[in-house]
Amino acid sequence: MDLISNLTLGFATAGTPENLLFCLIGVILGTLIGVLPGIGATATIAMLLPITFQLEPVSSLIMLAGIYYGAQYGGSTTAILINMPGESSSAVTAIDGYQMARKGKAGTALAVAALGSFFAGTVATLLVAIFAPPLTIIALKFGAAEYFSLMLLGLVSAIALAHGSILKALAMVVLGLLLGMVGTDIYTGTPRFTFGITAYADGLNFVALAVGVFGIAEILKNLEGDQDRSVLTTKLGSLWPSRLDLRRMVAPMLRGTALGSALGILPGGGAILASFASYTVEKRLSKTPEEFGHGAIEGVAGPESANNAGAQTSFIPLLTLGIPANPVMALMVGAMIIQGVVPGPNVAAEQPALFWGIIASMWIGNLMLIVLNLPLIGLWVKLLKVPYHILFPVIMAFCSIGVYSVNVNVYDLYAVAGFGLMGYVLMKLRCEPAPLLLGFVLGPMLEENLRRAMILGRGDPTTFLTRPISATLLVMTLIVLVVVLLPQVRKKRAEVFSESD
Amino acid sequence: MAFTLKFAGALAGSVLLASAAMAQGYPDRSISMVVPFAAGGPTDTVARLVAEKMSADLGQQVIVENVGGAGGTLGAGNVAAAEADGYTILLHHIGMATSATLYRNLAYKPLEAFEYVGLVTEVPMTIVARKDFEPADMAALVTYVKANADTLTMANAGIGAASHLCGMLFMQALEAPIVTVPYKGTGPAMTDLLGGQVDLMCDQTTNTTEQIKGGTIKGYAVTSPARLDIFPDLPTVGEAGLGSMEVGIWHGVYAPKGTPAEAVERLTASLQVALADPGIATAMAELGTAPSPAADVTPAALQAKLEGEIARWKPIIEAAGVYAD
Repeated sequence: MDLISNLTLGFATAGTPENLLFCLIGVILGTLIGVLPGIGATATIAMLLPITFQLEPVSSLIMLAGIYYGAQYGGSTTAILINMPGESSSAVTAIDGYQMARKGKAGTALAVAALGSFFAGTVATLLVAIFAPPLTIIALKFGAAEYFSLMLLGLVSAIALAHGSILKALAMVVLGLLLGMVGTDIYTGTPRFTFGITAYADGLNFVALAVGVFGIAEILKNLEGDQDRSVLTTKLGSLWPSRLDLRRMVAPMLRGTALGSALGILPGGGAILASFASYTVEKRLSKTPEEFGHGAIEGVAGPESANNAGAQTSFIPLLTLGIPANPVMALMVGAMIIQGVVPGPNVAAEQPALFWGIIASMWIGNLMLIVLNLPLIGLWVKLLKVPYHILFPVIMAFCSIGVYSVNVNVYDLYAVAGFGLMGYVLMKLRCEPAPLLLGFVLGPMLEENLRRAMILGRGDPTTFLTRPISATLLVMTLIVLVVVLLPQVRKKRAEVFSESD
Repeated sequence: MAFTLKFAGALAGSVLLASAAMAQGYPDRSISMVVPFAAGGPTDTVARLVAEKMSADLGQQVIVENVGGAGGTLGAGNVAAAEADGYTILLHHIGMATSATLYRNLAYKPLEAFEYVGLVTEVPMTIVARKDFEPADMAALVTYVKANADTLTMANAGIGAASHLCGMLFMQALEAPIVTVPYKGTGPAMTDLLGGQVDLMCDQTTNTTEQIKGGTIKGYAVTSPARLDIFPDLPTVGEAGLGSMEVGIWHGVYAPKGTPAEAVERLTASLQVALADPGIATAMAELGTAPSPAADVTPAALQAKLEGEIARWKPIIEAAGVYAD
C-alpha cells in the first residue's frame, strides 16, 4: 500500500524528537497569538521567517504550519470570551459562543470548539493524505463563473436564513458589500471610495472591521452600565460540556467537517464560506432555531469544525500545485523557497519526506493542541474574573497592536475606531454585524468573479448556465429561495422572529 | 526644573554623540529593509535572501518589513518620507520605474526622493500558456496568436504587475489585441492558467519555473537576451523575432534622499558581498535568476537603470491608456 508506506515515512519524519519539538513550539505560539485579539498568524509567521532560515526545511515548515492551525484554535478563544474574532472564520463562532459565555457556559463553549476542531482536523488531515491529487483536479475546474455562483449561493442562503428582521439583514449585507468596494478596482485601476487616501487603495482591512464592529462595539456596550459586566464576570458555571451537550454537537460537527473540507480545497477563498455556510445549515436543520444567536451549542460546534477542516484542506492547493490559498500559505511558499524547496506540482514526488512529514505533523499538531487546550480552558475562563476596568483597556491595547501589525498602517487603527462606533450604533438599532461581515468578505469576490466570468465569456451571460458546475450551484440557489418563499416555511420563519425579538 | 534641564542636556549630548559615531560606527543597530509587497511573494523572497547575507556582513540584523499596497507605491512612499539615517532602506523592483507613469499623483518623485545603493537581480520572464494550448513552439505561437487574437485571453496579476507589463509588450510586439484578464495577484492567475480557464500569461521565472518543469503549463519563450540554463530548449524572444519585448524584472536597493554618503557606501559594499555569496547564486538559480554582476551593484548603475526604464515604459503605458489611479 502506497498510502501506508507514505504515511509511515511521514510519521517517521514528523516524529523525530526535533520535529516534535518544533511542532510543539509552533502550536503553542499559534495558540498564544490566536488568543491575543487582533494579532494574526500572518504577522507572526512574517516575524518568525528569519528564525526559520537556520532550521531544516521540514522542521521550519512544521513549525510554521503549527502556528497557522494553532492560531485557528486560539482565535476562537477570544471570539467566545470577549466577542473579539481575529479572523473571518471565528467571526461566526463569536455569535453563539459569546452568548454561551454570557450565560456562564464559557467553559462548555471552549471545550466544544476544541473538540470540534480536533475531530475536523483529524478527518481533514486524512482527506489530504488520501485524496489530495484528485481533489486538486476538482478545485481546478472552478473558474470565475463557478466561484460567482458559489458566492451567490452563500449570500442568498445567509440572507434567507438570517436571524431577526430580514430587512435589517439585507441592509447589513448591502452595507457590507459597499464597504467591500473600498479600494482600487482591479480591472480598471480606478480608486473607489478611498477619498484620496492612498492607505485605503487596497481596501479596508478585514481584521480592523471585525475587531471594530464586534469587539470594540461590545466593549462600548459593556461600559454603559454595571449590570451587564457583572453578569459576564460572576456566572462561570460548569467548565465541561454535559452529556446532552456532547450529544447535541455530534451531528453539527460531522456536517461542519464535511462542508469545511469541501470548501477548503478551493484556492479562491472557499474556506471563508465554510464557517458561514455551516452556521446557516445548522440553523436551518435545528429543531430550535430560535436558540441561535442566544447561545446555541450547534452554532459553535458546526462552524468551528468547518473552520478547522477548511484550514487543513487549504493546504491541498499549496502541496499539490504550489499555489497559496491565503496570505499565510503565501508566507509558507516564501519560507520554502528560501529553504531551497521551490513549491510546485512536483514537491510530493521529489521531496516525499517533506511532503508526508508536513501532513503527518498536521495530525500530531492537532493532537498536541487538544491536549494543550483542554486543561487551559479553566485558565482562560478565569480571565473573565479579571475586573472589567482592567480587562477592557488591555483588550483595546492588544487589539490596536494586533491590527497595526497586520499591515503597519495607521489608517487601519482609524478604521477600528470608526467601525467600533458604527458597531455600537448598529447594536442599538438591533442590526447584526455578521451579515455585514459576510457581505464585506463575499462582495468583492462576487464582483471580481462576475466581471471575470463576463470577460472570459466575451460578455455572454449564458456562460453561468452552460458550465455544469455553475449551473448546478445556481439551481441550488434557486431552491433555497423557493424553500424560503414557500408559505409553510414562511410561517415557521415568522414564529422564529417573534421569539427572537 | 533643574532635573529637566540636566536631562535635556544629557539627551542633546547623546544625540551629538550618536551623530558623531555615525561616521565610524554605522551600523550600530538593526536596519529595516522595506519591501513594498506582501510577505511570501517573489520580491519578498529576493529581499529575505539578500537581507540574511547583508546581516552577516554588517554585523547588524537587516529586518525585512513588508509594507504592501497600492502597487508598491505605499511602501516606497514610506521610505521616501523616512529619516535619512541609513537605518531604513527600500528594496523595490521594476515597479519603481513604471509607477512613475502608472500613478499620476505619487506622494514622492521617484527620481528625486532616493539615494541609490545598487541593483540586486534581474529576473527573466517566460511566455507560458495552458498545457493543452495548440501551438507546438514559439514560431507556431506567433502565427497562431496573430490569426486568433480576438478569441484568446491573457491573464495578469493586476495593473502594474510584472505580468501586466510583459503582457503589454507581448501584444505590442505581435500587434495582437488580446483580451486581458486581471487577477488579484499571481496565485489566482496561475490557478486559472493551470485549470485552463485562460490561455496565456507572461510571468517571472520565480512563478513559472516549477510549473513548466512539472508539465502543468506550457513554456514558449524567455524574455532574457540569452537562453536560460534551466530551460535550454526555450528560445529567447529575440530568436523569435520579438526583440522589442526583452524585459527583466530588475530589483534595486534604495535609501531615502539625504542618507549620509558613508552609510550608502557601506550598504553598497555590503550588498556586493551578499550577492557574491555562492549560497545566494544557488538559491537564485533555483528560481531561474542570478545575482547582478558586481559592476551593476553600484549607485550609478541603479540610477542609470531607473532613468532608462522610466523613459522606456512611459510611451508604452500611455499608449495602452491604463493608469492605476
